[in-house]
Amino acid sequence: MGTVKKELPLARSMCWHCQSDIGGEYFCNQCVKVQPLSKDMDYFTCFGLPRKLNIDTAQLQTKFYELSRVFHPDFFEGKSEMERAVSLANSAILNQAYRTLKDPIQRVEYLLRLEAGAAKDIPGKAPADLFEAILEMQEHLEEFHAAKAENDAETLTRGGELLRGARKALEAKRAALENRLAELFQIWDKLIEKHAHDQAQTAAKERTLKEMRDLLSERAYVTNMLQNITEALA
Amino acid sequence: MARIVGIDLGTTNSLVAYMNGKTPTVIPGPDGRTLVPSIVAYTPSGFLTGDAAKEQLVRNPEHTVYSVKRFMGKGLADVTQELRYFPFKLTEQNGVIRLQIGNKALTPPEISAMVLKELKARAEAFFGEEIRKAVITVPAYFNDSQRQATKDAGKIAGLEVVRIVNEPTAASLAYGLQKRTQGLIAVYDLGGGTFDISILKLKGGIFEVLATNGNTHLGGDDFDRRLVDVMMQDLKAKHGLSVEGRPELQQELRVRAEQAKCRLSSDTEAVVEVPLPDGKGRYRRTFTRSELEKLVDDLVEKTLTPCRQALADAALTATDVDEVVLVGGSTRMPLVQQRVQALFGKTPHCELNPDEVVALGAAVQADILSGGIQDMLLLDVTPLTLGIETMGGVMSSLIRRNTTIPTSAKELFTTFVDGQTSVDIHILQGERELAKDNRSLARFQLKIPPLPAGVPRIEVTFMLDANGILSVTARDVRTGEVQSIEVKPSYGLTDQEVERMIRDSFVYAKQDIQERQRIEAMNEAESMLRATEKALARAGNLATPEERAAIQEAVANLKSTMAGADHRAIREAIEKLDKASYSLAEKLMNTTLQEALKDKKLSDV
Repeated sequence: MGTVKKELPLARSMCWHCQSDIGGEYFCNQCVKVQPLSKDMDYFTCFGLPRKLNIDTAQLQTKFYELSRVFHPDFFEGKSEMERAVSLANSAILNQAYRTLKDPIQRVEYLLRLEAGAAKDIPGKAPADLFEAILEMQEHLEEFHAAKAENDAETLTRGGELLRGARKALEAKRAALENRLAELFQIWDKLIEKHAHDQAQTAAKERTLKEMRDLLSERAYVTNMLQNITEALA
Repeated sequence: MARIVGIDLGTTNSLVAYMNGKTPTVIPGPDGRTLVPSIVAYTPSGFLTGDAAKEQLVRNPEHTVYSVKRFMGKGLADVTQELRYFPFKLTEQNGVIRLQIGNKALTPPEISAMVLKELKARAEAFFGEEIRKAVITVPAYFNDSQRQATKDAGKIAGLEVVRIVNEPTAASLAYGLQKRTQGLIAVYDLGGGTFDISILKLKGGIFEVLATNGNTHLGGDDFDRRLVDVMMQDLKAKHGLSVEGRPELQQELRVRAEQAKCRLSSDTEAVVEVPLPDGKGRYRRTFTRSELEKLVDDLVEKTLTPCRQALADAALTATDVDEVVLVGGSTRMPLVQQRVQALFGKTPHCELNPDEVVALGAAVQADILSGGIQDMLLLDVTPLTLGIETMGGVMSSLIRRNTTIPTSAKELFTTFVDGQTSVDIHILQGERELAKDNRSLARFQLKIPPLPAGVPRIEVTFMLDANGILSVTARDVRTGEVQSIEVKPSYGLTDQEVERMIRDSFVYAKQDIQERQRIEAMNEAESMLRATEKALARAGNLATPEERAAIQEAVANLKSTMAGADHRAIREAIEKLDKASYSLAEKLMNTTLQEALKDKKLSDV
């Protein structure tokens, strides 16, 4: 592979304004103009973080505020059109990066996209162990909606109880899924810390990614189901 | 850098403020008053604004417009429910409401521009210099069309709107600056026509909005109407009187209702007296505070749902909030204060003047933008989900509500049919599933090179800037070519309309007679130049070399006078050009006539 040049988090190594080599991190060392963030830069790099799943959110926020003070359009009013455009684009990237990394679910979904090129939205899949229970819940849900339309008070009371019970079961399932996800976060982070590049490492990474993806898929299904029940009960 | 002022363009009152060293300060008028009523009246001698217009409310109700903020960025269908409360006539053209005043049909941005001009003049008198830049506040829950309409109003008034700031967040800036608060705060902002709730995290000079919600059609005006409804029933029952066709009476009732409501914030009883038409004497009615509270209870209750939603969106509970700040004149009502206190479980702060705090915050933001204050930064959010219409009339969301702005979203488009050359895109804003239940913002057509289905790949970027205003760009992924997009707003003015209004606004202002004459002369000169250019292009060969030279000289002369401010010089130059081009015009007329006759003969054959 040869020597890898240290990558700058910038679109180009040359300043758009004075054409000199950019020495600074976000601004040109020569003319002090703000420089565009690279389109290919991932959100972890944006915050100077390794691709780990456990993130200190307080630290993330501190860094977000710090970078906001660097890029926000408020500080570029009255500057040239190009500088304002760069500030706007960089702020937009920064805000999206923060929003994505702040939330653990969005964070892992984003990591999957980076590592495995997964589709934008992971489709929901019913957890196999709850398959029959879910079929039953869906029946209850339909009955409940029908009872609502017919103003059938008795069925509504009974159905309401059943649905509340189902909600508890689903909430427990979601908690279990999230617990396992948290374990996988640890496993993933350990793999990253290893800095190994052998086959075993690659296989372990792929296994972890696959399991996380399946968990997210089930979680998406359960969440959707919970939402339907909550809406019906409201 | 040019001075930037902060403006609160309110439903009922407007203010302009500036940064006096480190203290935001409202600029008073010559009479010492800080509030400018957001009212515009048309009289035979011209347009009046502010206090002068307020005097016309009852005297000249059909020509006096108020609460125009309720119509910003809206179509007629949006406001049919409340039309009966307004004594002036409304129509619609191209998705924009027009207010019929005298023989003029003016749009809400044009009316707002008159109020802005009043504030601009006030600031200019205060500083003794021209003011060209402003920060203007809007309700946080304003959608893109309403924000754009506000920006247009600024432009028409001759102001560059360097930033649109949300009212509750502006208030938080003023509050945070004064109190040096840290932690979580909720800003409850109930004004004359709109309600907003914003939850913010204040930390080390950063004001990060976590969630915002509201109702752009709920405010003190609605409280007044409840009192007006009671009085209208009384009048019908006791005096057989209807306000229909009696705009003076209707307006009198509204003004008295507002006064009674305000009094009931400090007193427990208020008496309303209204003189009746047709010699029917006087109408007298006593309202008690508890009666008013019963009448508006459901309206106050209606503000609590957005509060709960904002808390849920921020993943917080009411007890997490450290401080609650009240903004807007309607928060003077004891009932409102009680309800807010009950919801958040703590006494709300109302030490800052609720009428002024938003304008003060706008001045703080203006100072940040001018490079004055450097340790404060506001990170605001978009209040509504942005999306596009997809198959089956469903909205697919691109940017979720409460996303920190600026932000952008990219979407890849392709074709379904071989050789398809365009894709229609419909942009929406709102929280509902179906496109038809959300607000239509704009439509545009994406141009696509004719290729087999699925091959073209056009990437469209939707960018929400720091004002919460949308812009759209498109790029062909295959060629990298950038496409310019012409977006047609669903409820807004086109750029050309705004340009025309900027000119018209000068014509309307009676104090700007000089300027008006210059503008009129300029308009005439421009059309004269265009006509001459056309004539030369079409029939230049008909003119003798001497005539051509004379015309060109006259054109150059006119152009040089247009650079100046003297309308008489422009008029003289127009006349000279008219004379120089007279013979050419005559020849042109003859040939056109001949051509017309020739055509006639041909068609007759």
